[in-house]
Amino acid sequence: MADTHNESLLACVDVSGSADGMPQLCADWFGNQVFWLILTLVAIFFILSRIALPRIASVLAERQGTITNDISAADELKRRAADAEAAYEKALADARTEAQAIAQKTRDEIATELAAATAKADEDIAAKTAESEKAISEIRASALENVEVVAKDTASAIVTALGGTVDDAAIAAAVSNQVKG
Amino acid sequence: MAGEAQHGKDAGHAAAEHGEGLVFHPFDQFIVKPMFHDGPVGLFTFTNAAFWMLLAVAVIFCVMVLGSSKRAVIPGRAQSIGELLYGFLHKMISDVAGKEALPFLPYIMTLFLFIVTANLLGLLPLSYTSTSHFAVTVTLALAVFITITVVGFVKHGTKFLGLFWVSSAPLPLRPVLAAVEVISYFIRPVSHSIRLGGNILAGHAVIKVFAAFASITLISPVAILGITALYGLEVLVAVVQAYVFTILTCVYLKDAMHPSH
Repeated sequence: MADTHNESLLACVDVSGSADGMPQLCADWFGNQVFWLILTLVAIFFILSRIALPRIASVLAERQGTITNDISAADELKRRAADAEAAYEKALADARTEAQAIAQKTRDEIATELAAATAKADEDIAAKTAESEKAISEIRASALENVEVVAKDTASAIVTALGGTVDDAAIAAAVSNQVKG
Repeated sequence: MAGEAQHGKDAGHAAAEHGEGLVFHPFDQFIVKPMFHDGPVGLFTFTNAAFWMLLAVAVIFCVMVLGSSKRAVIPGRAQSIGELLYGFLHKMISDVAGKEALPFLPYIMTLFLFIVTANLLGLLPLSYTSTSHFAVTVTLALAVFITITVVGFVKHGTKFLGLFWVSSAPLPLRPVLAAVEVISYFIRPVSHSIRLGGNILAGHAVIKVFAAFASITLISPVAILGITALYGLEVLVAVVQAYVFTILTCVYLKDAMHPSH
């Protein structure tokens, strides 16, 4: 009989304290659960909508802003690096052009000097050549003369030796004729 | 049959009282009782249900508010969880229900966080699982149902009824489809709540049954392995059911935002 006393005391629970049927279907407990559930949901809703979500949204927005700023700063730095590189390339190209100009100028100067020296040398050589040719022609002329003289002497000696009379004029003419050949 | 069942029950009680044989009380874990005293459960009694729900509030407060209190640009662990949850629900709502449903983010996030936290807290040993009670899940589902209906009528007036009038179907079929649509609309809160409550209830009850088998030496290794495997499954179910409840809320919200088919 104590059983009935205990059972009447608590709804949906049997003598031994175990569930009597499905606790989910115990209507006596619905009100309590619904009351605390509504309290819980309202509390969570206010925690989220008043504190947590605006804060997280602002943090995310701030982070997005930071990332955007950082990316634009990086772009700016990249652009400056590109500018610097372009300036460097330009300076390099200028230097190269200048070097080429200097080299060309030097080459031209050297070429001019060389041409002048060559011309002078050619002149000297030509003068020397002319001089030599003159000397050679003089020598050749005197040699020819000598040849005629020797030939005439030899001719008159041969004529005399053969017992002829020496006609100097005839010999001279004959020798000259032969030498001119 | 009824007599036999009654007899079996009495035998069970007898066995329980004498502490012999198998004792199955898989539903005892769902009993709602006052937290600090014995006695009946009144409307405002501080019960174990109240305790575990308020604990869920405390956990959510810690993760969402204390975790993000530094407002760090480079987030710490707790803040990362908060941001992850925020991004997850933000994306879910804008993907499923559309951008104009985003004002409902706090509402939907409240539902999701409460369900997932209560489910996971319920998996702690000796805990009480709020979401295994239909009183709780039906209240949640009805809240969604009423919100969706009110939002639909406030936004679209009587045009919201176009949800039930399938204008792309042939005219003779439309009344039939309208009847089907109306029925399915009112079935929604039922399936919405039973799906969540039933899943959690069944998982916890089955774990308890395995736990009872663990008292038999011969099969206890199998039973303990079974508990371990089921526990892993229940962790998955806890998160998936919260996800399913939330995404269905988003789908229903989409109907309220764009009622035309």
